[in-house]
Amino acid sequence: MKQVILAAHFPGVNNHTVWSDPASGSQIDFAAFAHLARTAERGKFDFFFLADGQRLREQRGRIHDLDVVGRPDALTVLAALAAVTDHLGLAATINATFNEPYEVARKLATLDHLSGGRAGWNIVTSSDAFTGENFRRGGFLDYSQRYERAEEFLRTARELWDSWAEEDLVADPVAGTFAAEGAGAFAHHGAQFDIGGHFTVPRSPQRYPLTIQAGDSEEGREFAASTADAIFSRHSTLEAGQAFYRDIKSRLAGHGRSPDSLKILPGVTFALGDTDAEAQENADHIRRQQVSPQTAILLLEQLWNRDLSSYDADGPLPAIDPDVSEDSIIKGRARMYRDPLKTAAEWRALAEAKRLGIRDLIIEVTGRQSFIGSPARVAEEINEFVQTDAADGFILVPHLTPAGLDGFVDKVVPLLQERGVFRAEYETNTLRGHLGLENDL
Amino acid sequence: MSAASLHLAVALDGAGWHPAAWRDPAALPKDLFTAAYWAGLVTEAEHGLLDFVTIEDSLALQSTRLEGPDGRVDQVRGRFDAALVASRIAPLTSRIGLVPTITTTHTEPFHVASALATLDYVSGGRAGWRAQVSGRSTEAAHFGRRDIPGLRLESLDDPETVRLIRELFDEAADAVEVVRRLWDSWEDDAVIRDVPTGRFIDRDRLHYIDFEGSRFSVKGPSIVPRPPQGQPLVTALAHARVPYEFAARSADVVYITPHDAEQARAIVEEVRGFGNDVLKIFADLVVYVGEDARERKARLDELDGADHASDAAIFTGTPGELADLILDWRRAGLDGFRLRPAVLPADLGAITRGLVPELQRRGVFRTAYEAATLRGHLGLPRPAGRYAGSR
Repeated sequence: MKQVILAAHFPGVNNHTVWSDPASGSQIDFAAFAHLARTAERGKFDFFFLADGQRLREQRGRIHDLDVVGRPDALTVLAALAAVTDHLGLAATINATFNEPYEVARKLATLDHLSGGRAGWNIVTSSDAFTGENFRRGGFLDYSQRYERAEEFLRTARELWDSWAEEDLVADPVAGTFAAEGAGAFAHHGAQFDIGGHFTVPRSPQRYPLTIQAGDSEEGREFAASTADAIFSRHSTLEAGQAFYRDIKSRLAGHGRSPDSLKILPGVTFALGDTDAEAQENADHIRRQQVSPQTAILLLEQLWNRDLSSYDADGPLPAIDPDVSEDSIIKGRARMYRDPLKTAAEWRALAEAKRLGIRDLIIEVTGRQSFIGSPARVAEEINEFVQTDAADGFILVPHLTPAGLDGFVDKVVPLLQERGVFRAEYETNTLRGHLGLENDL
Repeated sequence: MSAASLHLAVALDGAGWHPAAWRDPAALPKDLFTAAYWAGLVTEAEHGLLDFVTIEDSLALQSTRLEGPDGRVDQVRGRFDAALVASRIAPLTSRIGLVPTITTTHTEPFHVASALATLDYVSGGRAGWRAQVSGRSTEAAHFGRRDIPGLRLESLDDPETVRLIRELFDEAADAVEVVRRLWDSWEDDAVIRDVPTGRFIDRDRLHYIDFEGSRFSVKGPSIVPRPPQGQPLVTALAHARVPYEFAARSADVVYITPHDAEQARAIVEEVRGFGNDVLKIFADLVVYVGEDARERKARLDELDGADHASDAAIFTGTPGELADLILDWRRAGLDGFRLRPAVLPADLGAITRGLVPELQRRGVFRTAYEAATLRGHLGLPRPAGRYAGSR
């Protein structure tokens, strides 16, 4: 039986994260991060995951104010979490566009040392000039070069990590030799980076921190298949998951890699209850919290690409069609609908058939929880996904900070352990070790 | 200024500030690249009630040369990212300030602001920054983004070099300005969680910083809410007029390197001449502390094949003698001292367990922490945000 991989995503800056609940705490105090990380470690999770965004989101030219806003620098928080956890992997999303390999490689190697081999890196790129306004180079990267940049960035980082051989840190006071001759020397000449000199961090415990990739395009899939250790995917139904899984795993041989060397981890949400019926009630309650009347209008605007602020959230959908021009009203976030007119027609049909107003429709068509049920049902479904090759495990995204993972760890994890598909104790000390990828370099 | 308001910081770097420190019998050379080593040092400094520790860093290997690597393997080479070390230590300590070095020349001010604000959150208001420039062409080559001609000691006065130094510090001042604006870009009460209107924040309490400079422009606002101290502490090491001016303009604390009390007085006067009356002025001192200080230094000098040379004055002597020197120099108008232990952890222990009790006996150093934040230790108020009330 395959073993399930589990990761915990700190609740994000979108409407999935419920801030209006009395149980919702700070999104920024360290105690919130420590609580969630310790909970994940208590549940023997593989790793803790932090997302990234280098400019606050805007809609219709104004800072988006309906969702949680504000988050920390990911690597800085993870370094602190390394002090309050012992085994949990610590993965940061780091943008390859607005960073340089020397600095990122240095920070990741430092985190890997400071955590005893638990660092992970979700490598993303962006090409938007909007985010670029916060950085020296502005929006310099062409959309078509995103994966060229990511691929060369990662390759350069690995060259830097290899610039200190394992035996280069000598530290022999009798011989008077601290480091080997030439330790840290590197040279990289490429289209994105033309750099050379000496790297400052000796070989870290994992050598290469775990690499995670999240893009779903053809290029993204090829990039992952060629070089990533894990994919943070978005295919959360069984059939879609299996199709994606087959596609990715079938690409690996072409890159000389084994099927086990790349783990597929869909991001998923959940709602629990003592019974399936109670879980469904909880799920419905959470969905209403996630979609306030204001958020309903805002999410509708994301499809319509128009100012709909004068519409009543309890009233009918707009009679006017979506604006399909190039100009997006949303900044700082990818566009989410490929064919807005078609989607709008589907939504109208659904609203009419079920007699739904805007808010109820949005609740129905966006963001339903991936797993809803009693702990037994959720454990069974998770295991089914893994055993039938729709996934190798999951990145769980709780809807509450900081206690959103407590119920899952207390009730679902023990059932997975009873089935023998999830570790009862940590057996290794590194993130690569947890995923069985330590010999894959 | 109360009698007990002397401030003490310790500068942590590798195995200590003597180039052969790592070969001292008391050093821990095999531990330099472990979290436990740094945790041990900082908890010891906190045991001694020190105001803060600084952690050295640069985006290049250490070198005995002003420009470029020296190829030497008989000294410590390699180091961690200092800001992450500070963050790793934060949950293990509760009072001491944590001041990593971060270069302004090759980094993104936006990322620096986020990292330091986050350090302030994870430490509960104990973050600081030693802002540092880099004039090395070899360091610039690690980034491949700009050409820096590099510095040579024999030509520090030629016009090209003078212009480069001016440019690097002007850029540093811009970087600090951007970082400070980003820290203020969220008003303290920006998070409102107002259920009736569905709003998590009041967007009118978030502000674009709209900085435009010759090296970079930054829009803002910060992705991190305003940090606990409002403004984490900004510090700078300075040896000459241009960096003194930078420190007076941009920093909360400046470290200077006088070699006697008279020089200390002259530098304090020069720095104060830039008109910043609230700037705290610390003198840097390399210290070998103990009955055997001179012998230990001589042994290390012999191992290194050279007399220990430093930009800062080098002290060898007992805790009592060091306390005498500190109180003597302090009269030149110094607010505190940043001590650079020659050997770690030995000279750090001699500071916390020898010097500190001696200064306490003389009634000039705290006997318990009285504040919870780094600004608090230094008697600095939490500043109001510059944009507050601008609505």
